[in-house]
Amino acid sequence: MTVEHRAPAEHELDTIDININVGPQHPATHGVFRMVLTVDGEVVTDLDPVIGYMHRGNEKLPENCDYRQAIGYHDRTDYLAQFSTEHCFVEAVETLAGLTAPDRAEYIRVILAELNRIASHLMFFGAFATDVGVFGTAFMYAFRDRETIQDLFEEVTGERMMYNYFRPGGVAWDVPDDFSERTKQVLAKINSGLNDLDGLLMDNEIVLARCRGLGSVSPEDAINWGLSGPMLRASGVQHDIRRAEPYSIYDRFEFDVPTGDQGDVFDRMYVRLEEMHQSVRIVEQALAQMPEGPIMAEGMKRILRPPAGEIYMRVESPRGEYGVYIVSNGSDKPYRHKVRGASFSNLSALRAMSIGHYVADVIIILGSIDIVLCEVDR
Amino acid sequence: MILGMIVGNVWLDALIRLGGVALLVPLYMIIITWTERKVIGRLQMRLGPMRVGPYGTLQGLADTIKLLTKEDLRPTTADRWVFELAPFAIVVPVIMALVALPFTADILIRNLTLGLFYIVALQGVSIVGFVMAGWGSDNKYALIGAARAAAQLISYEVPFILSILAVAMVASSLDIGVIVGMQGDTPLIAYLPLAFVIFVIAGLAELYRQPFDIPVAESEVVGGPFVEYSGIRWSMFQLGEFVSMVLISILGSLIFLGGWQWPVGGDVPVVVQIALMAVKTSAFILFFIWMRASLPRLRIDQMMAYCWQLLLPFAFLQIIINGLVLAYDWPHWTMTIMSLVALGAFVYVTNRAARQSGVTYQPSAASAQRVGSVL
Repeated sequence: MTVEHRAPAEHELDTIDININVGPQHPATHGVFRMVLTVDGEVVTDLDPVIGYMHRGNEKLPENCDYRQAIGYHDRTDYLAQFSTEHCFVEAVETLAGLTAPDRAEYIRVILAELNRIASHLMFFGAFATDVGVFGTAFMYAFRDRETIQDLFEEVTGERMMYNYFRPGGVAWDVPDDFSERTKQVLAKINSGLNDLDGLLMDNEIVLARCRGLGSVSPEDAINWGLSGPMLRASGVQHDIRRAEPYSIYDRFEFDVPTGDQGDVFDRMYVRLEEMHQSVRIVEQALAQMPEGPIMAEGMKRILRPPAGEIYMRVESPRGEYGVYIVSNGSDKPYRHKVRGASFSNLSALRAMSIGHYVADVIIILGSIDIVLCEVDR
Repeated sequence: MILGMIVGNVWLDALIRLGGVALLVPLYMIIITWTERKVIGRLQMRLGPMRVGPYGTLQGLADTIKLLTKEDLRPTTADRWVFELAPFAIVVPVIMALVALPFTADILIRNLTLGLFYIVALQGVSIVGFVMAGWGSDNKYALIGAARAAAQLISYEVPFILSILAVAMVASSLDIGVIVGMQGDTPLIAYLPLAFVIFVIAGLAELYRQPFDIPVAESEVVGGPFVEYSGIRWSMFQLGEFVSMVLISILGSLIFLGGWQWPVGGDVPVVVQIALMAVKTSAFILFFIWMRASLPRLRIDQMMAYCWQLLLPFAFLQIIINGLVLAYDWPHWTMTIMSLVALGAFVYVTNRAARQSGVTYQPSAASAQRVGSVL
């Protein structure tokens, strides 16, 4: 009996796909997102997103709170676009209770929400550029300008993160006297800062080589996955809730809805950059139109008891459609309270976009979704 | 008499010079870390280190003390000897390469006849250290990083060596002293601009700095091969990186920028020699730091394609140009012209390759006119 000794041919060698755990503590997961990558060499063959590390019951807790107490929980869902979330909630409560906020309050809300959109997109640019590999430069550029916005918010609301400033029926208190001039200064800084970011990133050959054609999503797929916001518009669907069903006073402003044409990572970046320019336009118009007057609706009760009924209100947050569903049974607390987070739906497309790409690309595809984990997990 | 003995004795002399280098290297590392942090800080509109000492000058010293006193951790599942020896496999070769590297005509350890060959050979050995670190750590990020490092460093070694070969052809010597000596009137960058550009790009890749920091990509593999290292072992990786950077900077200033010679010609005083070398080397180092602060990272396949499909053919083109000029004894300025033309082609092709999707960034007005379907 002879034993055959031979070297195995190449196809007989055992190769195994290995699992790589990315997160919850990883520099590129933007919070506590975790994804388990199955990789064949450098190519990702499967991706398993794991969420829930940040779940705090932000939808259930407001059911035990007064309507005004619930505002703070919305700050804590999307902590980069607090004013958008507050805006959504207070508009919902107002519609439910049949209140109308005075004009000045609406203008203040819109100005702050749009500045907040800029701040949020700047945060995206900083984090995304770090994912693509810029050693912190874009991050510092973005944060220099974001800081001016934060300072303004601090002057107006007294807070840097959890503003808790909008109220059903208006805003908590009036803006400082020099609000208009201060905002104009901030806008000037943002305009020059956006040019810096534009020059650093948008025409860079390496950024183009990395981001063009990566993670493309067709318009049909984008709609079927329930994508919204810049993710949806990058695919060429010109859908912006501010334009499609104008809430608050958005029908009074002129602004464009920028769209991409390939739905790839670069288009998402581009759409966000353009949105910042559009937000600047909106803020400028709002500042010019802002009237004097009261900032709280007439005849507000000390305790708000909206009549029984239900409402779904949605706004265009920087990440997409942020919605609040409230059922009232006539008491001073919401009977049912549900949040629709844009990041959660956008994140659901991650697996389909990522499979077949390199590990490095999956990181920037994730970055291009611009998730906020507090909004995903709530 | 003792002095005479020391100067006369070859071994003692070599020992003293080596000791000098061994002392200078950590000192220089502290300086260069501070410079890098300061320059990057300024480029990013930060102040950089400011707290320790005036303008943070003692920051490097404080960091060194911190790193030296830090616990030396080793994962329980690590391959012990491979893990512990890997930093040495990286640091020792690059420091050994310094032996053959003259700083000025007099400040040197040993000028070897095959100096260029020796330096390039030792520079390449440090790949082994990366693979050892990646394998020994028993960490998937480290393993991926090591695989990337091996692929990248070996690939870029080829154009790197070819660009140096172009110099050796013109100088018809591998002796760095001779190469610098022949640059009395014209530094070789004037004859070989393409080789110089390839040298710098491949040098960036050899140093795995942006845009080629793929093996250590912070946002992907969290530091790559040295993700599991801490304290003094980790700082040895840093030491290896910085010594490599100094090595490539000095090498570049010697073989392309004329080293301690200046175009005015004539005898250069020692002080001026040192100043010239310091300026040229610093220019290289600052360029590397500048790149680090401003460029994003390539993907691994793009990095490989860039090497094999662009850098390598153009490096060969430079060799062919040199060969033609030298074989037919044409004047050297024809080499300059041909090399410049090739450099233009190189820049054009690189630019084309990066934008191969054919889509360029649209200025802001364009989006307003696009009409999509409204839901």
